[in-house]
Amino acid sequence: MSDKPAGSAIAANTAAAPAAAEPANEGRLRLRIEFDPQRQGSPWWIPIVSVVLALAVCAVFIAASGMNPLAVYRKMFMGAFGTEFGFTETLVKTIPLLLCGLGVAIAYRISVWNIGAEGQFAAGAIAATAVTIYFPGLPAYAAIPLMIAFSLAAGGLWGLLTAIPRTYFRVNELISSLMLNYVALLALDYFVFGPWKDPKGMNFPGTPMFTEAQSLPVLGATRLHLGLVFGLAAVLLYALLIRYTRWGYELKLIGANPDAAKNAGIPLNRHILIVMLLSGGLAGLAGMSEVSGVAHRLMYGISPGYGYTAIIVAWLAKLNPFGIILSSFLFGGLIVGGYSVQTIGLPSSVSLMLQGAILFFLIAGDTLFKLRLRRSGGKGREA
Amino acid sequence: MTVTMSVEMRQIVKRFGTVTANDHVDFGALPGEIHALLGENGAGKSTMMCMLSGVYRPTSGDILIGGEKVRIRSPKDAMKLGVGMVFQNFRLVQTLSAAENIVLGERSSFWRGPKWIKRKQEEIEAISRKFGLSFPVDRPIWQLSVGEQQRVEIVKTLYRGANLIILDEPTSVLTPGEVDRLFETLASMKAEGKSVILTTHKLKEVMAASDRISVMRKGRMIAVMDKKETNERELARLMVGKDFAAPRPLADRPKGKPVLIMDRVEVLGGHGRKALDGISLQVHEGEIVGVAGVAGNGQKELAEVLAGLTEWRKGTIQFGGQTFKRASVRAAIEAGIAHVPENRMKSGLAGSLGAVDNLLSKSYRTPDRSRLGFLLHGRNRSWSQSLIERFDVKTPGIDTPVRQLSGGNQQKLLFAREIEMNPKLMLAVHPTQGLDVGAAEGVHRLLTDLREAGRSVLLISEDLEEIMQLSDRILVIYNGAIAGEFSRAEADRERIGMYMAGLRDAEGDAG
Amino acid sequence: MDLFTQLVMAAVSSGTPLLIATLGGILIERSGIIQLGAEGLMLMGAVTACLTYLHTGSLALALLAVFGVSALLGLIHGVMTVSLRANQIVSGLAMTLFGTGFSAYLGKPVSGMPIPGSVPKLELTFLQDVPVLGPIFGRLDLLTWFSFFLVIAMHLFIHRTSAGLHLRAIGDNPATADVMGIRVQWTRYACIVIGSMLIGLAGADLLLVFSPTWIEGMTAGRGWIAVALIIFARWNPVRALLCAYFFGVLDTLGFRIQLVGSEVPSYFLKMIPYVVTILVLMFLGWRNRNQPSGAPESLGVPYLREQRF
Repeated sequence: MSDKPAGSAIAANTAAAPAAAEPANEGRLRLRIEFDPQRQGSPWWIPIVSVVLALAVCAVFIAASGMNPLAVYRKMFMGAFGTEFGFTETLVKTIPLLLCGLGVAIAYRISVWNIGAEGQFAAGAIAATAVTIYFPGLPAYAAIPLMIAFSLAAGGLWGLLTAIPRTYFRVNELISSLMLNYVALLALDYFVFGPWKDPKGMNFPGTPMFTEAQSLPVLGATRLHLGLVFGLAAVLLYALLIRYTRWGYELKLIGANPDAAKNAGIPLNRHILIVMLLSGGLAGLAGMSEVSGVAHRLMYGISPGYGYTAIIVAWLAKLNPFGIILSSFLFGGLIVGGYSVQTIGLPSSVSLMLQGAILFFLIAGDTLFKLRLRRSGGKGREA
Repeated sequence: MTVTMSVEMRQIVKRFGTVTANDHVDFGALPGEIHALLGENGAGKSTMMCMLSGVYRPTSGDILIGGEKVRIRSPKDAMKLGVGMVFQNFRLVQTLSAAENIVLGERSSFWRGPKWIKRKQEEIEAISRKFGLSFPVDRPIWQLSVGEQQRVEIVKTLYRGANLIILDEPTSVLTPGEVDRLFETLASMKAEGKSVILTTHKLKEVMAASDRISVMRKGRMIAVMDKKETNERELARLMVGKDFAAPRPLADRPKGKPVLIMDRVEVLGGHGRKALDGISLQVHEGEIVGVAGVAGNGQKELAEVLAGLTEWRKGTIQFGGQTFKRASVRAAIEAGIAHVPENRMKSGLAGSLGAVDNLLSKSYRTPDRSRLGFLLHGRNRSWSQSLIERFDVKTPGIDTPVRQLSGGNQQKLLFAREIEMNPKLMLAVHPTQGLDVGAAEGVHRLLTDLREAGRSVLLISEDLEEIMQLSDRILVIYNGAIAGEFSRAEADRERIGMYMAGLRDAEGDAG
Repeated sequence: MDLFTQLVMAAVSSGTPLLIATLGGILIERSGIIQLGAEGLMLMGAVTACLTYLHTGSLALALLAVFGVSALLGLIHGVMTVSLRANQIVSGLAMTLFGTGFSAYLGKPVSGMPIPGSVPKLELTFLQDVPVLGPIFGRLDLLTWFSFFLVIAMHLFIHRTSAGLHLRAIGDNPATADVMGIRVQWTRYACIVIGSMLIGLAGADLLLVFSPTWIEGMTAGRGWIAVALIIFARWNPVRALLCAYFFGVLDTLGFRIQLVGSEVPSYFLKMIPYVVTILVLMFLGWRNRNQPSGAPESLGVPYLREQRF
């Protein structure tokens, strides 16, 4: 085997062009598409192109149902970014996406596929509400920190419920985190339909409204609340930790090669537990900021799927913490835009459809970039 | 000559980018002969054979089979032309049975009832009997020994009606006894009129088994001769050439204090089997101890348990005066055990990261590299730069992903990291695997330098030459225990080979 | 009817969609590709069946449309994972997100509308008077019979045919399979497309047989449970039958306990299948801690053919 040059396996044919099938005419110049897994990263414009292509594809579907896609997109854009109300509303939606997106990005960094942000969000929301139910009279300086602490703990615990089976029982975290989403959402339904239901709420599935002291402060007359600061602070803190600390270095090494990390004495299991605690905690905090900053109560359907959108937010940003600020803002706009097209008779699930399509184009774009043309039959590339 | 060559390769050139692996090479094999293709690692012999079996295509040159010009574009083409190759890394599906592996790819009869299976098994057994290749037909491959797996591979080529059988370094995984059996098989294939090509760098085997010999060096064909007209001395000279640097003789050193003492250590491997079965060994200061053995006799587990990666059940491990309580990589690193793992890109280096991050992985916890949990950025970069210069690692930049470096430079980087942690013991597992002669020499020099500096080295390798060349003492590992020990003076290939095969009892009779 | 018969009937009726989806998943994963898009595929299958059936009134056309749509979606996953070698997990997630959103979008106009008629049942009159067997097998619909057939067919295919042998080889060691002249990429495409069609059919079965009204997100995680079932069943179709029915029982258990008049709130009963999924996976992980899981060895690893210059 040592006779082969070190780089012999670095490039290979794509499936579409099996080498065996083509006639080998050495005289003629032929081009062949090849896959170069050595190539790192992809250009910055791939996410933008992905979004544009996804918009184009969904336009076809919208047109097929008899609407003018340009008008729909215009409506969505204006609804999300065109007015002051829309803009702040987009920022309001950005907050949970930012926190959840950052949470899952931390986990994805070490290849822990946490798709349970939705459940961790619900756990945090429930825990924060529990503070208002069981300690109703606390002043703001006690209530808010307590709610934050509870939501972090509950979200983190929900994350650990995924991490522990993964580390000690080799349970695939994709399945367990998703199953726990359903459990958490059912628990949420139980509380808002059952013991915590507002007796004066005319059967509305929600808790009583929070008091002033239990609500996060807002900016002026808008609905924009302090949660945005939580999100930005978390991003900044995370970026600093990753770049400058030993812990960040350990995560980087695990992400790049878990075997090499093991050989360097880095305990993988402990990091999975810590990372899932953080990941869940951030999603839990998102749940708290949503109940305390926006809805001012816990209610049925508190999350329109933030936890799932967060997955795409993280991927669109290529797990870069600052990129997550941008992508969560974009997706916040997409959600608000989705609501605004309901008025013209389109379901808001248009935005969910767009999200899936964006993710498809994104991963396709990332790998397409690794393909390259190469002259075949002649000289190879340097090994 | 009136006999048509069963295979002829004319003026073959093969380039990989700027590297020329084969430079206008002529080669031919006759029907009914065993032809040895001799050459060092990196001489280009495997590349030649890969072109014959359709893995590579020649850059230029012709291949003739049975006197006719052919194009071999895939292994399937090669199979149709009657060329079968047994690769050094077997091409077998571990979970399928031997028989299933042999019939794999056959398209005839979509439905395969018990009758069909029975018929095929009988067919396969008939071939095995004819050529003296026994193995259990219906057991999955992973339950078979390496020798048995090789026999499955050979039967696979025969089952497909191969007339030209190529074996790439077939003896490197076998015990001496198995080697003899293999040669008997080859002789019976020759008697059937088949051509057998054997690539190897082992002179004794060439002399024992082959009829004709082709010698390659640095991508060129140096000589073709009859076995009867030559001898081992001449072959060695041809194979190595003039520019061969003889291994530096190891200066005698007084034996130092013991650094590592393993006493009756037991480790469970996969499938609940004892991988290390009461192994005891000692390594002293300033000596290189070589561990020889056939693959799969516990070498992997020995390295892992010392590196702190695997828990042991029984026995004690003492290192540098302290006794290890349980497996901990961190404790091993802090105690001063450096580890160059078997597969550098799989578990040694993180290919997507640059040199700085890879160099840091063993020392990032030390006060020189980080304080209060924060890495000392600037200092670490200049440190990396100086290490790269000191160890002569050729890289475009300290942030270039290390998987873009050549194998030799990757290994230098890995050694730089491990030596920089100032280890008491260097645990080197197959350190020269896949390296060319020059890079391998560099690695050998690093190991002997460590020895000069009074450090110890535990060298685990399947390359007996390498072990005999470098070691002060040689331990032979067999079935998870040390079967025998030889000093540098008393080391002898034959006897070490017997111990490797677990035949120490027979030694007395053999005299 | 005694309790046992009732349980078996419940298991079969709610277990069949799970079974078909699991079988589709097994076929895909046996070829070495992870398919996490099951949830989205099932939803797309259900909504396609619902729309076509409501518009044309033809069951055959509805199934045909389901096969067409899910084959197309499978093809997308194939291009992503086989040709482009994208991350299989993320591609599956994208499929789930896209399927969830697109099915909701398509199904909006028909949401909550019960579909008229259903899959024809096979009346085995001679069986109907036999105790136990009669109530269970006497009046089963065609799709359920098809799922039985599928279990046997798939088992025989994997273990008794040349193509099945090739499939096993590809899942475990694609490089060797390729050297032996097996078309790795082509087989993977075929498995992904056919497997996706089965998963889509599972969604259609859920809508046409189990609960004949389209509701947004009506699979409620069944696609994911099917993914877990592949692991429980250790990639074995016969075991998949038992596992799917076990979960079928769990699925209806909450409902049954409520009928008995239990005090436990229904929300907790509905959690049972999800919690049990995790617990069973934990149990399997603990029991099999020292042995292989039975997964194809190259599962999730894209195949790169060695360069041939």
